[in-house]
Amino acid sequence: MSSIAVSTTINGDDVEYLCQADETLLDVLRNRLGLMGAKEGCGTGDCGACSTIMDGRVVCSCLVLGAEAEGRSIETIEGMANGNELHPLQSKFIEHAALQCGICTPGFLMAAKALLDVKPDPTEKDIRFWLAGNLCRCTGYDKIVRAVQDAAQEMKGARA
Amino acid sequence: MSFDATYRDKAFKSVGTRPLRPDGVDKVTGRARYGADFNMPGQLVARVLRSPHAHARIKRIDTSRAEAVRGVKAVITAADLPDLTDGDASLLAILDNCMARTKALYDGHAVAAVAAIDEKSAKQALKLIEVEYEILPHVVDVDAAARPDAPILNEAIRTSGVEPAPDTPSNVANRSEFGHGDVDAGFAQADVIVERSYRTEQTHQGYIEPHACVANCNPDGTTDLWVCTQGHFVYRQTCADLLGLEVSKLRVTSSEIGGGFGGKTHVWAEPVALALSRKAGRPVKLVMSREEVFRASGPTSATSIDVKIGAKADGTITAAEATLRYSNGPYADMWAELGAMTSFACYDLENVKTVGFEVLVNRPKVAAYRAPSAPMAAFAVESAVDELAHKIGMDAVEFRIRNAAKEGTRSSYGPVYGPIGIGPTLEAAKAHPHMSAPLGENQGRGMACGFWFNFGGQTCTDLNINADGTVTLAVGTVDVGGSRASLSLIAAEELGIDYQNVKAVVADTATLGYNDMTDGSRGTFSSSMATISAARNAIEVMRRRAALTWDIPVEDVHWEDGHAKAAGSKYDNLSPLSVKEIAAESGNSGGPIAGHSEMVADGAGVSFATHLCDVEVDPETGSTRIVRYTVIQDAGKAVHPAYVEGQYQGGAAQGIGWALNEEYIYGEDGRLQNPGFLDYRIPVCSDLPMIDTQILEIPNPNHPYGVRGVGETSIVPPLAAIANAVSNAVGVRMTHIPMSPPRILAALNADKDG
Amino acid sequence: MRYERPQTITDATALLAGAAGNAHVLAGGTDLLVRMQNDDFDAGLVVDIKAIGGMCEIVESDNAFTIGAAVPCAALSEHAALVAAWPGIVEAANLIGSTQIQSRCTVAGNLCNASPAADSVPAMVAAGAQARIVGPDGTRMVAVEDIPQGPGKTSLEKGELIEAIVLTKPGPRSGDAYLRFIPRTEMDIAVVGVGVWLALDESGLVQEARVALGAVGPKVVLAQDAAAAIVGTPLDDAALDALAAACSAACNPIDDKRGTVTFRKQVAGVLARRAARIAHERAGVRQ
Repeated sequence: MSSIAVSTTINGDDVEYLCQADETLLDVLRNRLGLMGAKEGCGTGDCGACSTIMDGRVVCSCLVLGAEAEGRSIETIEGMANGNELHPLQSKFIEHAALQCGICTPGFLMAAKALLDVKPDPTEKDIRFWLAGNLCRCTGYDKIVRAVQDAAQEMKGARA
Repeated sequence: MSFDATYRDKAFKSVGTRPLRPDGVDKVTGRARYGADFNMPGQLVARVLRSPHAHARIKRIDTSRAEAVRGVKAVITAADLPDLTDGDASLLAILDNCMARTKALYDGHAVAAVAAIDEKSAKQALKLIEVEYEILPHVVDVDAAARPDAPILNEAIRTSGVEPAPDTPSNVANRSEFGHGDVDAGFAQADVIVERSYRTEQTHQGYIEPHACVANCNPDGTTDLWVCTQGHFVYRQTCADLLGLEVSKLRVTSSEIGGGFGGKTHVWAEPVALALSRKAGRPVKLVMSREEVFRASGPTSATSIDVKIGAKADGTITAAEATLRYSNGPYADMWAELGAMTSFACYDLENVKTVGFEVLVNRPKVAAYRAPSAPMAAFAVESAVDELAHKIGMDAVEFRIRNAAKEGTRSSYGPVYGPIGIGPTLEAAKAHPHMSAPLGENQGRGMACGFWFNFGGQTCTDLNINADGTVTLAVGTVDVGGSRASLSLIAAEELGIDYQNVKAVVADTATLGYNDMTDGSRGTFSSSMATISAARNAIEVMRRRAALTWDIPVEDVHWEDGHAKAAGSKYDNLSPLSVKEIAAESGNSGGPIAGHSEMVADGAGVSFATHLCDVEVDPETGSTRIVRYTVIQDAGKAVHPAYVEGQYQGGAAQGIGWALNEEYIYGEDGRLQNPGFLDYRIPVCSDLPMIDTQILEIPNPNHPYGVRGVGETSIVPPLAAIANAVSNAVGVRMTHIPMSPPRILAALNADKDG
Repeated sequence: MRYERPQTITDATALLAGAAGNAHVLAGGTDLLVRMQNDDFDAGLVVDIKAIGGMCEIVESDNAFTIGAAVPCAALSEHAALVAAWPGIVEAANLIGSTQIQSRCTVAGNLCNASPAADSVPAMVAAGAQARIVGPDGTRMVAVEDIPQGPGKTSLEKGELIEAIVLTKPGPRSGDAYLRFIPRTEMDIAVVGVGVWLALDESGLVQEARVALGAVGPKVVLAQDAAAAIVGTPLDDAALDALAAACSAACNPIDDKRGTVTFRKQVAGVLARRAARIAHERAGVRQ
């Protein structure tokens, strides 16, 4: 089987890689590019642990082919902080104890970022339904929702 | 050095605060490394071939075609894992579960495994392994398996714990009994008796991270295992026993763990990965798929429970009895026994009897799941208690307060309680605003209590004072939910320094003495005790160094507020020495400063909780929505309250999923129908409300700071609390968990027709 | 497996028509990639249609909306005119999976996957939606209900693919709605789904109606008796009772891991009643 050459943008950087036709973007990120922040919890789009943002929309990278990234713009958890400056969502997750084991955290952060990008002032219900595709088995979601609410408030304050 | 673990009331500076966790940044930036996030040079990929049959004799396995696939470096079967268990039946069961020896005992049972240079080759090889099965009759239902005509899983099993010893094989592996008094006499005194049967279905811990490990066996016998586990020292011992390895040569490093809840206390794939690596002479990475996690790892028991409780008209329980049948999977364990022990642990009873039966079925080997076995028993008992209160006409909380266990109560499973939290959690529930909040249409309120033993166990800790005065704390209990933060707080408290100056790490098995696993809610309890002990030992060293510096007798140096102080007015000219100052001089005063501790952390205080729950049931569809949920639990002392709340909320959420939707569904063919997160329905974010918590602190007298375990009890009450709420909302008693919409609608239809 | 990303629909149909083994169209991939995880999945060719012009666009004309086959469901809810015209379809499309799934999944894919439980299909059937199919022999328009033939089976011929879903603009006093039942609040496959479209006459009586049921048979059910039960009525309680009974009767479900026969039949009636009320309310405010 011959490999497919892909040129794409990941976290603002130009990236080129070779992948197999049936290889998922998640496998490419983890196994070829060393971007292991996206986790595989199910491989079938049911848990959200592999969430990444593609052209502004949050997707399960286990349900995207590596070949499909050609010409797209991908954001992963590794690009969320600006150098040493954490994104407000990242800070608030730590501050609110919104993670216990932390395996779902990168996926939640990517999904929450995509939410705040389109809806800076979400209600609790907005947050809960938007994040319904991200499973967390540790927290009961309470502290996650609070962290997102608090991050939204802080980001709103920063813009004001 | 002797360690005094007695609780002493004190004002805390660090304990009870909510600082940022030390592993937080790694986990929000994707840098934390979990089981599947580690690789080694030349590493192979492993895949496991699993039985599609629930019960089948393995007549022949031919791996030759698989071995011939280009890129395949090793293929193993049970023949590559010879029996070294020397008559240890429980160890042999673990080995047999890792790789079926003569029979496949459940859908998903491993029968062979492959290591290859890539996944494609491994998958191709799996398809070429020929297994000839003789399909045998199977049984997956707990009650059906206990009947005399059921297909027998293991011909060698005779029910133990019964007199006279039976001489025919049975799927009932063991009978256990607990209690005291005379229940018949007690029931004779009762004015009202409730007697019912209940069922709960099998659930999975549902950790988001599948089992994953990287194994490397070198030709000289040195071996490394990187693995997501709740107990790397236990995994080391088990793997060494199963593979005939020297314990000192097997180094196990625990990765960050993506959830366990008891499911990562047992080895599954690790011995397989080690055997593949040994055969191939290369490192091997084995990561389970989600489907494999459901089919072949960890579920809890399905149960069938009969409860009978009698009370006088004044609300005093006169007798209580329960018979509990728990599925074990194919191997005998003690799950029903734990259920039988916990059933009535919340109550002060004169006459009580519980009997547990361990039942073998063609389902995956049952693993611990957060307060294992207690939630099902609590569902049955707390449902009956609620019904009894209603029948007598007493408020459900008042009825429980009247019968609650207290200090001095002889528990239903034997021991006499010290100071405990059941009464206080009930009083807090009674006073909680949740109890008096109005309910809307189709809504109902329920409550229930729960108990868990908690555990202490073997613990070993190192505390090093660095030359700059900061502290490195090495613990051997895996951090499953923030314990590095809690243990840093403990070290800071005992030493009298800032939390920021302590860094806790989880040491690997080569660098610290043996530790039991993070189970039994013991992580923070036992390692905090060991940390206090290690800190006190380090303080002794620092007192000696200060005495040396000052050239005064060590008896005249005491430790206060993070400083060595010279006692008495004759030393007025000696300024106290801080940790930092003593550490800075350590190179000249006798070398590095450290404190070590090794202990069996006895005295884990028992734990109690009371949960309150409001639900709304759609009477036309049977759909249930959790409207409000409150957890009240005794923590002894909440070291890091945010993570204590997190444990309360997480346990409640798991219980809510169990109560409403989670269940293993088997087909007629004995195959699991729902091995994925799509149809094994754990709660999603939009299913739940905020979960309110109230932390009570009734100090554990056997811990210096009063700490009790907090991790498990929170999953015990939800099944019953929600069942009581649903029953109150719809007016029909629900006796089968999960209360899925079809079950609730069927119960409502039956009630209408009846 | 070969991956191709043609630039034109002609190239796409030629690739599909010429494929030796199994060939699959890739739009959102949310069903296809799940199937690819399966050990016995076998495909010689995957044709990604997203580079084809128009495939990712919603085009509004004077009398219709044309939804390209690769338009993600999330984009439907961002199209204000479409939401105003066909709220039931948009809601149905936005019930599929999670936010992440909606970023990728498409109504055309939902249709071609031919699951009886597909959420958008009963809504589209109720709305009288059509699929524009392109193949080696040209283009044809097919009613949506004629595409699925049974679980995983469609009426598309080899080499054919859906280019777009076409929705005519709704007339006055008409409205649509879709409701489904799932055990959780999100992330589940429909246990029962009901799509209702109805139009009122000037006096407020139901003049025309279409009712479609999902997950109650091997493919979507266009329940004509159910529609007939409400036509000519003011959608009063008697009409709704008749609608519910007709829907329950139109079900031919199975017992499975998601629900029982009894449950599905009963809840089909309940949801039909609720969906009809919503559609009725929407029709009442659309002039």
